[in-house]
Amino acid sequence: MKKRSLFIIIAGILGFIFLYAPIVSLVIFSFNESKLVTVWGGFSTKWYGELLQDPQILGAAWISLKIAFVSATLAIVIGTIAAFVLVRFKRFRTRTLLSGMITAPLVMPEVITGLSLLLLFVAMQGLIGWPAGRGMTTIIISHATFGAAYAAVVIQSRLVDMDLSIEESAADLGAKPVRVFFDITLPVIAPALVSGWLLAFTLSLDDLVIASFVSGPGSSTLPMVIFSKVRLGVTPEINALATIIILIVSVGVIAAALSMQKGKNNNVS
Amino acid sequence: MSEQASITESKPPESKPWIDDTQQPFIRIRNITKKFGEFIAVNNVSLDIYRGELFCLLGGSGCGKSTLLRMLSGFETPTSGAIEIDGQDMAGLAPHARPTNMMFQSYALFPHMSVEKNIAYGLHRDGLKRKEVNQRVSEILTLVQLSDFAKRKPSQLSGGQRQRVALARALVKKPKVLLLDEPLAALDKKLREETQFELVNIQETLGVTFIVVTHDQEEAMTLSTRIGVMNAGEIVQIGEPREIYEYPGSRFVADFIGSVNVFEGQVTEEDTDFVIIRSPEIKADIFVSHGVSCTSNQKVAYAIRPEKIRMSLERPKGVKNLLSGTVEEIAYMGNLSVYQVKLATGKIVRVTQPNLVRTDQNSITWEDEVSLTWDGAAGVVLTS
Repeated sequence: MKKRSLFIIIAGILGFIFLYAPIVSLVIFSFNESKLVTVWGGFSTKWYGELLQDPQILGAAWISLKIAFVSATLAIVIGTIAAFVLVRFKRFRTRTLLSGMITAPLVMPEVITGLSLLLLFVAMQGLIGWPAGRGMTTIIISHATFGAAYAAVVIQSRLVDMDLSIEESAADLGAKPVRVFFDITLPVIAPALVSGWLLAFTLSLDDLVIASFVSGPGSSTLPMVIFSKVRLGVTPEINALATIIILIVSVGVIAAALSMQKGKNNNVS
Repeated sequence: MSEQASITESKPPESKPWIDDTQQPFIRIRNITKKFGEFIAVNNVSLDIYRGELFCLLGGSGCGKSTLLRMLSGFETPTSGAIEIDGQDMAGLAPHARPTNMMFQSYALFPHMSVEKNIAYGLHRDGLKRKEVNQRVSEILTLVQLSDFAKRKPSQLSGGQRQRVALARALVKKPKVLLLDEPLAALDKKLREETQFELVNIQETLGVTFIVVTHDQEEAMTLSTRIGVMNAGEIVQIGEPREIYEYPGSRFVADFIGSVNVFEGQVTEEDTDFVIIRSPEIKADIFVSHGVSCTSNQKVAYAIRPEKIRMSLERPKGVKNLLSGTVEEIAYMGNLSVYQVKLATGKIVRVTQPNLVRTDQNSITWEDEVSLTWDGAAGVVLTS
């Protein structure tokens, strides 16, 4: 290996400290014996135990997981359809509009997305009576909309890479269009579906702002519960919870990346 | 090149159905036109191909050869015209319903399936019993010598092996016609030459009609029973490899197939058994020892292949076609050398000579004054 310059090494170390020092200190203090967050009182896992005794947090975690699961699944279905339309139908009138609309949630401030969804839900309830009130359903719909945007981007890039003649050759060998889709297209883009799903899942799990706008009584998600608890002062219990969430999210992101990588390697045909 | 063309020449005359008027064509292409918007990709092409032929569509990129192939396979719909295979009209038939199979340039192997599953895919679609599928897959794997690789994924194969899987997958369904889109383009030169002969052997063993699209003239020469040369959406000449090479019908064909010297000129004398062409470009008269359908004073082009010109240091006596010039460039190719000879008029003439001896002593070298001669029947008079 070539010797790296000192500057690059130092810059790298500083960068990593900048990014990860807060997270590392959070993880360390989640094992703090003391009740005071900032004072080290020895190693202990008691806050993790305490966390499992807290029905409010456990309930919120369960709600969050359900919302994330359903909304990620919805997002994949919508995202796949959108990506297909964008990649396979090369020319149609509203193409630019559609591709802009799909990527809009990626750059739109969450406050605006949340507010506009809230207004929509209120108006819809007044007009057609659905969704009745705010709750899990509205959070799922909201999360599915921005999850679909991320899923569409991931799946789109996979579809662009896919060699069209693979599908043509399946058709040539006697497969009808529906068969081609399920036998060939779906398995080939499967890694993108998996990573898109995991991405939408973790995004839904993380979201606080949009959920705050569109949630109702009895449907507080985990980030919402944490946020309200933190306003009364940070307890080591929250540190423990945050550590667990970081773990879940990193596993999700790494799995998504690996799944995408595997797909790339397999595609050498 | 001429020694490669000998494969098809060794065929007995009865296997040339295109010269037999009683034979019915197996594939009839009638006045096929394909437009993409304003662009005419294929322009009014008519073509008859006979059972068991290995027909090559040869042309540069964008000449419409692939579009024609895709219309045969059903991936493109002709703007007008008709295609008939074995008496059956192909209009409105989707790719999966046609008696054709295609081998794609990218091979298009299914990346998530093993070699075995790739090949079995088409047979399963036909609803064959598992036992028969397995038997046919193992038969075809033996034919393409891939039995040991049945369980591998395409990504674990070399380029040549993938090519054979693609061939096997298309052939295992026993199509009436196999369409091959640049089948050898992705292989390196050495492998390509070996595979050419393999492809011809497989085709002769199975007797399936092959239509091959290629831009490689050497490949077309080696493989085919007949070649259709395409340019700008039209077929400019159809013929056996030797015919195409030795009797090109136009300047385009002469230039596209192999290399050629073209001398512009004007017919000065025209008779039933000879023609004289005066060419200011080379400041000489060209004697053609056979009749040509042209008129006196007509402007023509005389095309002669570099290997048909004899080159010598001494000036031969009593010969009709004689030029002299100096050697400007020599390209040593191993089996032969290419010489660029500059005439007094500045015209460059390409001449090839086989390298009969191993040393370069006494051979013609740079700046040598040389004489060039050729027989009266060595070149072709082109009127278009």
